[in-house]
Amino acid sequence: MGYPVVRGVAYVLAHVPDLVRYGSKPEREIPKNPDLLSEIQDHLRDFSEARNYPPHQVFIGNMKPEELWEREQPWYENLISGAPRFGEWGEIYTEKEFYGWLKVADEFDLIYLTEEAAEEIETILSEHHLARPEHLEKLGDGVSRERVKELISGGALALEAEGELMGCIVDGHDEDENLTADILLENLSTKASGFLAVEKLMENIDLEREDIAFVINSGEEGVGDRYQRGAGNLAKAIAEMNGLSSSTGADVKAFCCAPMHASIVAGSLIESGVFDNVILVGGGSLAKLGMKMQGHLSKDMPIMEDVLAGNAFLFSKDDEVNPQIRLDTIGKHDVAMASSQQAIYSALVDKPLQKVGLTIFDVDKYSSELHNPEITVPAGSGNVPHNNYRMIGSFAVKHGLMEADELDEFEKEYGMPGFSPTQGHIPSALPFLGFARDRILKGEMKRTFFLGKGSLFLAKMSNISDGMSFILEANSASSSQD
Amino acid sequence: MFKGKKVLCIGERDGIPGPSIEKVVESAGGEPVLSVTQCFV
Repeated sequence: MGYPVVRGVAYVLAHVPDLVRYGSKPEREIPKNPDLLSEIQDHLRDFSEARNYPPHQVFIGNMKPEELWEREQPWYENLISGAPRFGEWGEIYTEKEFYGWLKVADEFDLIYLTEEAAEEIETILSEHHLARPEHLEKLGDGVSRERVKELISGGALALEAEGELMGCIVDGHDEDENLTADILLENLSTKASGFLAVEKLMENIDLEREDIAFVINSGEEGVGDRYQRGAGNLAKAIAEMNGLSSSTGADVKAFCCAPMHASIVAGSLIESGVFDNVILVGGGSLAKLGMKMQGHLSKDMPIMEDVLAGNAFLFSKDDEVNPQIRLDTIGKHDVAMASSQQAIYSALVDKPLQKVGLTIFDVDKYSSELHNPEITVPAGSGNVPHNNYRMIGSFAVKHGLMEADELDEFEKEYGMPGFSPTQGHIPSALPFLGFARDRILKGEMKRTFFLGKGSLFLAKMSNISDGMSFILEANSASSSQD
Repeated sequence: MFKGKKVLCIGERDGIPGPSIEKVVESAGGEPVLSVTQCFV
């Protein structure tokens, strides 16, 4: 029996343009500028534009990341005509569908749909294969539009779609600032998108729900009340919603590189024999909707951060088929290490490779933070994947394995363009896990290196950085048969 | 160039972190009055 395997993947997007206003940045800026809300609304994409957007098609598995390099930019103006909402391992949901799933996720009557919206959403969801009778029942009959307006005038947040009032979300407590409507909307959005990712994962794998023993949530939300802000275990709440009746769970928090930490924890739980099957899930980040909107508006381009993303992965004991996570050489950024980029990359890339006698060129692809540059560059935040590949390649230069003028070629061969929405933990390396697993299973690749960095300092508790990494490799059993 | 000057050190997660800039400024005779690291993603 060898190292644990990655047995399945799932990626989902929910296009939620009317929730952009509730992202952290828009929510702070709108009160300062009375014209801003209408300016935002004038720069939102409709569902077909979001569905046909090439990076979104890559995210759900319908296009190879490298194909983006061949496509004319800006990608938001060069859409794929008639692109499907269903992908190789994912799906893109509409806003009305997502409101339905938000309502299904709501156990505390926080969301009020109008009677008209409840009826419309029930019709929409009943045509979707994911919706089961118990889901439709949870949608309820709705309340009158007047009642919803009354609640909004009392402080509830409006939920709109395509210019219509669909409902609202109310505070969960009279005095608790951790249970306000905006925070609960954020947390329910993560829960609902995480649920959708796990549902998609269950479709993509050959296991029953009862076979799942543990769920790890690596999202960036902070679920809790005044006495335990961020206490979490959204993992178990998502598992409940997915009907994973034999499972429990816990959250792994480590800022945006939590998926790296969580992958290693999931692999370790399996390697030690504690569990056979562990799901890693991360739901979307409402707070990051419209985060870069000022850069986008200044260039009169669409507001690109209009989707909530979710992903889910199944880690299982070795099946002698699927690619394995090598637990003998994990990259980690130790407390005593410096926070310079050289020190971080040395810890995350150079050392783990050296430990098992590999060079930079023994890896087929490096997957780091895969932020879509079309979102970050217009806002002055640079091309994150491009910069990461130059840092990784610089170690090959330092070791005398290539020349500095070969860095661009290195990026083309060992890297990829960014294609992930800027949803915090979502871009952290794992958007490529579906492609890596697929290519390794087909024998097109042998080894992929995943690395993520986290901004630990943002919580004002420490000035140090963070990061972890691991290698995914063709199954040793299938390799030995070759 | 930093001698006797007060300096704002604004670093970046994917670039040079604030504390590193702070050390350089100090060694060059400057006085860091603020040192932060930002994350732009």
